[in-house]
Amino acid sequence: MPTPENKLAFDGGWEYAPAPESTDHININSRYGLFINGDFVKPSSGRYFDTVNPATEEKLSRIAEANQTDVDKAVAAARNAYKTTWGRMKPGERAKYIYRIARIMQERAREFSVIETLDGGKPIRESRDIDVPLAAAHFFYYAGWADKLDYAFPGRKARSLGVAGQVIPWNFPLLMAAWKIAPALACGNTVVLKPAETTPLTALKLAEVIADAGLPPGVVNIVTGAGPTGAAIVNHPGVDKVAFTGSTNVGRMIQKSLAGSKKKYTLELGGKAANIIFADAAIDQAVEGIVNGIFFNQGHVCCAGSRLLVQESVAEEVIARLKDRMETLIVGNPMDKNTDVGAINSSMQLERIQAYLKVGKTEGEMHQSSGRVPRKGYWCRPTIFTGVSQSSRVVQEEIFGPVLAIQTFRRFDEAISKANNTPYGLSGGIWTDKGSKIFKMTQSIRAGVVWANTFNKFDPTSPFGGYKESGVGREGGLHGLDAYVKLGA
Amino acid sequence: MALSAVKVARRLPDLSRVPAVDEVGVNERVARFQTRSIKSSSKVEALKLILSMIDLTTLEGQDTAGKVTQLCQKAIHLHDALPGLPHVAAVCVYPTMVGVAKKALAGHDINIASVATAFPSGMSTLSVKLDDTRMAVAAGATEIDMVISRGAFLSGDYRYVFDEIIAVKKACGDAHLKVILETGELGTLDRVRKASVLAMYAGADFIKTSTGKIQPAATMQVTLVMLQAIRDFYLETGKMVGMKPAGGISTSKLAIHYLVMLKETLGNAWMTPEWFRFGASSLANDVLMQLMKQSTGVYQSPDYFSKD
Repeated sequence: MPTPENKLAFDGGWEYAPAPESTDHININSRYGLFINGDFVKPSSGRYFDTVNPATEEKLSRIAEANQTDVDKAVAAARNAYKTTWGRMKPGERAKYIYRIARIMQERAREFSVIETLDGGKPIRESRDIDVPLAAAHFFYYAGWADKLDYAFPGRKARSLGVAGQVIPWNFPLLMAAWKIAPALACGNTVVLKPAETTPLTALKLAEVIADAGLPPGVVNIVTGAGPTGAAIVNHPGVDKVAFTGSTNVGRMIQKSLAGSKKKYTLELGGKAANIIFADAAIDQAVEGIVNGIFFNQGHVCCAGSRLLVQESVAEEVIARLKDRMETLIVGNPMDKNTDVGAINSSMQLERIQAYLKVGKTEGEMHQSSGRVPRKGYWCRPTIFTGVSQSSRVVQEEIFGPVLAIQTFRRFDEAISKANNTPYGLSGGIWTDKGSKIFKMTQSIRAGVVWANTFNKFDPTSPFGGYKESGVGREGGLHGLDAYVKLGA
Repeated sequence: MALSAVKVARRLPDLSRVPAVDEVGVNERVARFQTRSIKSSSKVEALKLILSMIDLTTLEGQDTAGKVTQLCQKAIHLHDALPGLPHVAAVCVYPTMVGVAKKALAGHDINIASVATAFPSGMSTLSVKLDDTRMAVAAGATEIDMVISRGAFLSGDYRYVFDEIIAVKKACGDAHLKVILETGELGTLDRVRKASVLAMYAGADFIKTSTGKIQPAATMQVTLVMLQAIRDFYLETGKMVGMKPAGGISTSKLAIHYLVMLKETLGNAWMTPEWFRFGASSLANDVLMQLMKQSTGVYQSPDYFSKD
């Protein structure tokens, strides 16, 4: 047992000097139109909204707001491209275009990662090492499938659907665009995509890449706006397939509006994943897994390990190690290469998180990492709650911030029961040195992804999706193709 | 009498309670340390700290009094062209060279470390190892770098290894004891962690990765596992133990990664030569080159730096 008086000290001493990534190589226009039929056009409403850097609250650009008329135009352009070019193109030819997108994205990786961080607040280390390379990998991966669909569905004929309407969230703006666009294009569909209103810039940069790659006009259309724009896409009669990633509430509304229509749909919604640590786990690596599970991308991750279930005999040790580890997380300027936890994406999201912190304090004991955060911008220190239980709101509800709810368990079946006692079922994590326990757990946890001795690992070849209120359908991998084809004899 | 003997005897720690180590996770953590970007003032500070943590080493069969004397001169005068440099923490030599080093370092605050206990293989009897240790201490060594009996450890005879360290520690007297695990021969990170615990409970003042004679020598992975063992030992007992990665660290960049790892694992208290050392022979010149570059803006030819 650790004695309480022996403490590690992480503050002061040798400090890392600021190491900001430079921004002089990037170009953000003062305003952006809608990318429809291969061109940037003015919105018919004439209205624009601001997109701001959440770390500084400074305005980055003005973004066009698309209304019903604009969405009509975008869907018409996508339909036309589907009929005249993309839908009739030989699959091998389609693949060449998709490979080209991937390669250009790799060439412009630095630019993409800087803009992603400026617009969304995530640490440059993450956009540089995870978001952008993974987005390019998705295009590479699905480019490879384009002319091999007969092998993906042996004995059946996979046909494209038509126009895909796609609405994506603000937590992984470019990566989510890649998840959506790459399989749609590979299967021969055309696309109308709406990025989130707080993070539209990398999707608009992607529009530039798509134009540079020489895709026929109208194959990919990117329309910006808020909720009403998204609703116009989802409800549009000219859309054959809806793909949405976002909150469970909006997902529910979409599912209602699609009821009775012939539209195919996939929904990637919320989560409240349990990270389960057994006493025989490699404790130091498990602590690292907790950190990656909940503090990665400020906890703005639908599959975040936002609940920690730790076996009682090691709970004290694990929590003490976690608190020490939290002291070494660097919170602040997302453009600094050493930053571990960046800015909260928007003032609205910060308010939401703070409301939960208030609730949590009445439900259990709150602990936050010390150290300063910048005065301007939206910030939340890494936070954990102990002494909370299944009945606590911070245990039940998705907070979508760097906030971890910690509970303990004694027996294997208790861990399973607690892990599954949630309306969500997107992901889960298991930490144990015993292989048989891993298999037993993964079979018992009702979640789309279960990681063993790691967390938040993504790969284009691996399907992703939820059980229960976490969503419908799978994206990624071979399974991800299914959402964009109709199968016939 | 039997009772008091029991009272003073150190208890073999329960190695079954030592936490497991997951190699994949360790690799990931190490990769994160390596993404830290250390620039400008913090780089200069780090480089100077690294110099002060070096155990300047020569452990060759061909070592002579002349060679060791030169090494000691280097330890005192790292690069006089650049004022304000610290001196290294120690020179590290074979027991027969301790007397030479003592003479050469007279009047300077530089430790004399001597390898002992049938270094590097440790394949000898306990009495020979103890004589080896006593001889080095008598000649003036202030630090003893012993090797553990890897054969006994791998065969599961932890008691033998444990008792041997206790005996050597006793033979050290006032000299600090560094216990070399020779991680390159232990094979797994789980064994590295167990051996670290064993050595610390037996009374090691420092734990050290390698002799430098076996590949792989020090890696960030094994060093991280040892640092975590040191942390747990400290939290449990309140006793600080030092860490010395040795062999294979020859560039400033890599040494800075080690400092980042040290800072983020054990915190500031360990960021001194008292608690952290680099066992290295060629690292010093690379650090000096980097420091000159920081002060002049250009890299100088390696020929401007003395090779001893």
